Amino acid sequence: MMEVPLFLRGIIVITGKNMRLYYTKPPVLMFGLLFPLFMFFAFFVGRHLDLVTFFPAFLAMMLFFTASSVAPLITPWEKREKTYERLLSYPVTQDSIIMGDVLAGAIFGIGISFLVWIASAAFVPVSITNWGLFFLAFILGTLSCAALGTLLSSPASDSPPNVMIFSNLIRFPLIFISGVFVPLQQMDGLGLALAYCSPLTYMVDLFNAAMTGISVFSPLIDCSVLAGVSFVFILVGRLIQKRNMMKGM
Amino acid sequence: MDAIRADHLKKTFGPVTAVNEVSITVREGEIFGFLGPNGAGKTTTIRLLTGVLTPDAGTVTINGIDIHRHPLEAKMQMGVIPESSTVYGDMTAEQNLQLSGKMYGMPRALREERINELLSKMGLSEKRHIPVRTFSKGMKQRVSIACAIIHRPKVLFLDEPTSGLDVQSRRLVIETIRDMNGQGSTIFLTTHNIEEANTLCQTVCIINKGKIVAQDSPERLKKMFDTTQSVEVSFDRPVTQDLFKGGGIIRAEPCGDKWRLYTDNPDLLLKYLVGRAERESVGITSLTTSGPSLEEAFVQITECA
Repeated sequence: MMEVPLFLRGIIVITGKNMRLYYTKPPVLMFGLLFPLFMFFAFFVGRHLDLVTFFPAFLAMMLFFTASSVAPLITPWEKREKTYERLLSYPVTQDSIIMGDVLAGAIFGIGISFLVWIASAAFVPVSITNWGLFFLAFILGTLSCAALGTLLSSPASDSPPNVMIFSNLIRFPLIFISGVFVPLQQMDGLGLALAYCSPLTYMVDLFNAAMTGISVFSPLIDCSVLAGVSFVFILVGRLIQKRNMMKGM
Repeated sequence: MDAIRADHLKKTFGPVTAVNEVSITVREGEIFGFLGPNGAGKTTTIRLLTGVLTPDAGTVTINGIDIHRHPLEAKMQMGVIPESSTVYGDMTAEQNLQLSGKMYGMPRALREERINELLSKMGLSEKRHIPVRTFSKGMKQRVSIACAIIHRPKVLFLDEPTSGLDVQSRRLVIETIRDMNGQGSTIFLTTHNIEEANTLCQTVCIINKGKIVAQDSPERLKKMFDTTQSVEVSFDRPVTQDLFKGGGIIRAEPCGDKWRLYTDNPDLLLKYLVGRAERESVGITSLTTSGPSLEEAFVQITECA
């Protein structure tokens, strides 16, 4: 019974350590902050698109990039700096470390995206039709993206650049098949089939449901899929990390 | 109660068996030395004992708590100083200690008090707000040790803590080990420095090729190989190996400005050496005999295995 409070304390301390150490690392700022902004400028600015219509997708993209940028960096960085072994020798388990990484990514995603939403509200007349669903989209969306970040870090060696390249190879294609730039309603055939496979699709759809009241899937399906993939990503990431634990140590 | 108890530990990495049927018992309050050549399985064993790795077979208990069934409770009992100076370079010395204290759930006031005490003891008070990445290796190691002992662990694991350190840092580390042991902590020390093990440890265990090949007190291990003794001799001018052919000398090796001669019969060697030096007109400036060394025992044990 004593193990549960120790486990939770480990997660909180590791999350705090991750927030202090990794939020300001250049790869996190580059791929978590600048990239989604550049993507926004590249695809939306100067193209006479209806920003109100595309705002939920933009917000989802921001959340996706920010929340999934922190976790891939942490384990390779710790292995390179030789701090991973010390971390494992503290009263924590590999599960506490994984959950600490997920939480740090999720808090980064929520914090930055929330700021972007507030700042954007000054320029774009966005409305929220269902506040409960909006916050649920924030929480489930950020959790699933941070969990994806942890999964992407699981083949970790001690080379942060390699992991960041690998994570971007997975993340970038997801942007193009998830209804961010082309609304889901306008997709068909292979594009739509691929969209169904991306967790980002359900996040975009949930934001649409919360902000415009229009969605392709029922919000219940969106929420279930996001919760389900979060669980699967963490579980698979945990299995792979256990197998690769010695790598780079 | 045994402070550390490992039974039939086994760990393989692919086709390589790094640790094979290793059983270790460390009594409470003991300084236990764990020696072995490079690649013998020392670090893997320490990782198994500290719960960093899970064994393929076997069990480990720390103060009676099974580390693989109750890892968090067991880890609360111990402090670990891994092989490299594993501290966060982007954090200051104080922040590293704060993190450690939080990991062990120390209340804020107690943490602050202990941090001040340790920084002062480690000679780092004035550098407490400087990022650790700017520190020398010795200073980083001092921070690493402070992080491991902040909660006054009952069992302290040290993996080659003095490797590559300057004399001052090495002395500080040894002093800290003795101090922690004096306060009742059990110490598990892996080292390449045989002299360190000889002077610090009550029990020495030697591992080779993943298996325990000897375990006893340093004196008893030395007695196992007491047939060989050594003589250190220096001359008033340089001499060559040729001078040491005969007189029951098994082996002669240069040792700074001296020669170390190994023999089964020191009396015969001394007579031979004095006579030979006279004939060659070489003056003997110093001559000391010593009994079997732990280093010699270590070399013989690991070569036999």
